Amino acid sequence: MDYLDQLEAEAIAILREVAGQFEKPALLFSGGKDSITLVRLAEKAFRPGKFPFPLVHIDTGHNFPETISFRDQLAESIGEKLIIGLVQDSINNGTAVEQKGKNASRNALQTVTILETIEKYGFDACIGGARRDEEKARAKERIFSVRDEFGQWDPKRQRPELWNTFNGKIHKGENVRVFPISNWTELDVWNYIKREKIALPSIYFAHQREVVFRNGQYMAAADALQIDEDDDVSTRMVRFRTVGDMTCTAAVESEKTDIDDIILEISQSKISERGARLDDKVSEAAMEDRKKGGYF
Amino acid sequence: MDILKFLTAGSVDDGKSTLIGRLLYDTNSVLADQMEAIKNSNRKNDDGTVDLAILTDGLKAEREQGITIDVAYKYFQTDKRKFIIADTPGHIQYTRNMVTGASNADLAIILIDARKGVIEQTIRHSYLVSLLALKHVVVCVNKMDMVDFSQYVFEEIKVSYLKMASQLKLNEITFIPVSALRGDNIVNTSLNMPWYTGKVLLEHLETVEVAENNQMLPARFPVQWVIRPQTDELHDYRGYAGRVASGTFKVNDEVTVYPSGTKSQITKIEVFGGELSEAVQGASVTIHLQDNLDISRGDLLALSKTAPTVANRIEADICWMDTKPLDTSIMYLIQHHSKVTKCKITDILYKVNINTLEKINTHDLGLNDIGRVEIKTADELAFDPYELNKNNGGAIIIDGRTNVTVGALMLRAGV
Repeated sequence: MDYLDQLEAEAIAILREVAGQFEKPALLFSGGKDSITLVRLAEKAFRPGKFPFPLVHIDTGHNFPETISFRDQLAESIGEKLIIGLVQDSINNGTAVEQKGKNASRNALQTVTILETIEKYGFDACIGGARRDEEKARAKERIFSVRDEFGQWDPKRQRPELWNTFNGKIHKGENVRVFPISNWTELDVWNYIKREKIALPSIYFAHQREVVFRNGQYMAAADALQIDEDDDVSTRMVRFRTVGDMTCTAAVESEKTDIDDIILEISQSKISERGARLDDKVSEAAMEDRKKGGYF
Repeated sequence: MDILKFLTAGSVDDGKSTLIGRLLYDTNSVLADQMEAIKNSNRKNDDGTVDLAILTDGLKAEREQGITIDVAYKYFQTDKRKFIIADTPGHIQYTRNMVTGASNADLAIILIDARKGVIEQTIRHSYLVSLLALKHVVVCVNKMDMVDFSQYVFEEIKVSYLKMASQLKLNEITFIPVSALRGDNIVNTSLNMPWYTGKVLLEHLETVEVAENNQMLPARFPVQWVIRPQTDELHDYRGYAGRVASGTFKVNDEVTVYPSGTKSQITKIEVFGGELSEAVQGASVTIHLQDNLDISRGDLLALSKTAPTVANRIEADICWMDTKPLDTSIMYLIQHHSKVTKCKITDILYKVNINTLEKINTHDLGLNDIGRVEIKTADELAFDPYELNKNNGGAIIIDGRTNVTVGALMLRAGV
């Protein structure tokens, strides 16, 4: 089997294990390429049946508008249920507090909303598109990653994961995060998207955009960034390598408007994918700390 | 292009992290921002060069202690192959992590420090590799720079390793003299060891054959999920979704369903958007049968002409993975593919001293212990002896009180 077939077959098997082992699973859908890939894999795992889980999107309210409209169209075209958890609701309820200042971001608040959404619907498994090549804490996480009642990941209490046997047994209140594309790299995802002709939000491809230069990177010049006259705003040809909250997702300058060029650009790129995410740069252990707190 | 999954066994002292770092570095698999993060770190080699071992450190505690605690997965590729490295810790207190890493690997790299030769740890690692039935072993004799790149030292180690390995069931053993720190014979041919004419490590990894005998294995298909849309247009649709554990299934093959023992014929092998004439090992497919049988998750389809062992009293090797010792008086759960049933570990036949390979009579198995046990299961399991078909011979033990995976089983035979 070709490597993409091998990775695909593994991911499908993991999704079917989720269906078989859990009462109320959910697929966490961000509108990014990884979760869009998961949707295609779910089609491969369950069609002609329906998905045994809804898509769940945690919306910071600062997402790219292109991502939001793509999300809604995709859910409609595949005929599956979409549940949206709004960070704004958590802020209104006082469970999340908006950050202040110029670098304020709602990225960290997602953790609150995701835990509230899990509790509200009683989800016992949440499928996510995280990959082990993204970051060194992720490199050690299991495919079935058990979280306690507070959504916390304890790296020292991870279950051994042998062969292709996944133990999803949990106590009430706990849940499992499941990562079917753990073993894929960024390039694998792109090559798969190309092979499967999967549609993506337009922001992945080069386009003219007003950007602001902050902390050494270009950010979309959106209202959420609190731009003032000191900021260096310009219009450039850019594209995004990851699609997260607008306040923490940086653009890369690029002329690449089709997938072949993007694959070439990525394979030659000298900055890793998460290098374009400001949220990992806080400290050497940034991702590990956020995971322990219940983030993806 | 295919994927090779390999395991690295050894400790920091043997230069294991440096070896992996070297593979990543010399294949240009380290990206600029990762490299920057390493350069900004305080850890440097004695000569001031970047400490490549940092590339494999993950968790805070590991960085603090300078050791590997858990299995870390690393990815790189060349023009020939994609590689998944399971970087596992070498200390005896992390035996369970090495067993975990080995369970999904095709090949193991065993590191020997050229100054120390075959030591207790080498025996332990080699034993685990044979226990988990990995097909290929590469013995990297590392730190050759510390022994003046001596061919004599290398040959001596080779002889003593082969003598030790004769007690184990290891298939194919390849020896390579390397210096991970300096990069000799990892990706580039060493100029310091002209006497070595074999392949360098990367070339060996790129060319070793891993899928050769898969088609010879008996065909096994654990059912994970039954697809029944129950819509008007798909009223009678009933497909068995799963992944081929071993062997090949073809349309028209006669299959037996376990544990019921009923037989039927494959009418269709479906994938999203199409049909296949055959499903090979590792493929995720949906199988349709001629007859309307009562088949559910946990059942196993097997080609009728090659029956599995069906038993509820089973002898198995076990690696115990929990801090609470094995308790022969309580009920556990056993999970074999998608099948979960209750079980009791009725007898501990012996424990293996994995540093010396001695068998010890005992009634106790604790964390990281390996031994031979007898199990009694509530439902029968349909399995193959692990050494013949590891894809249908491994199972896990779950403690129903904590839900934690507490043991790994290599099923050997019905009793």
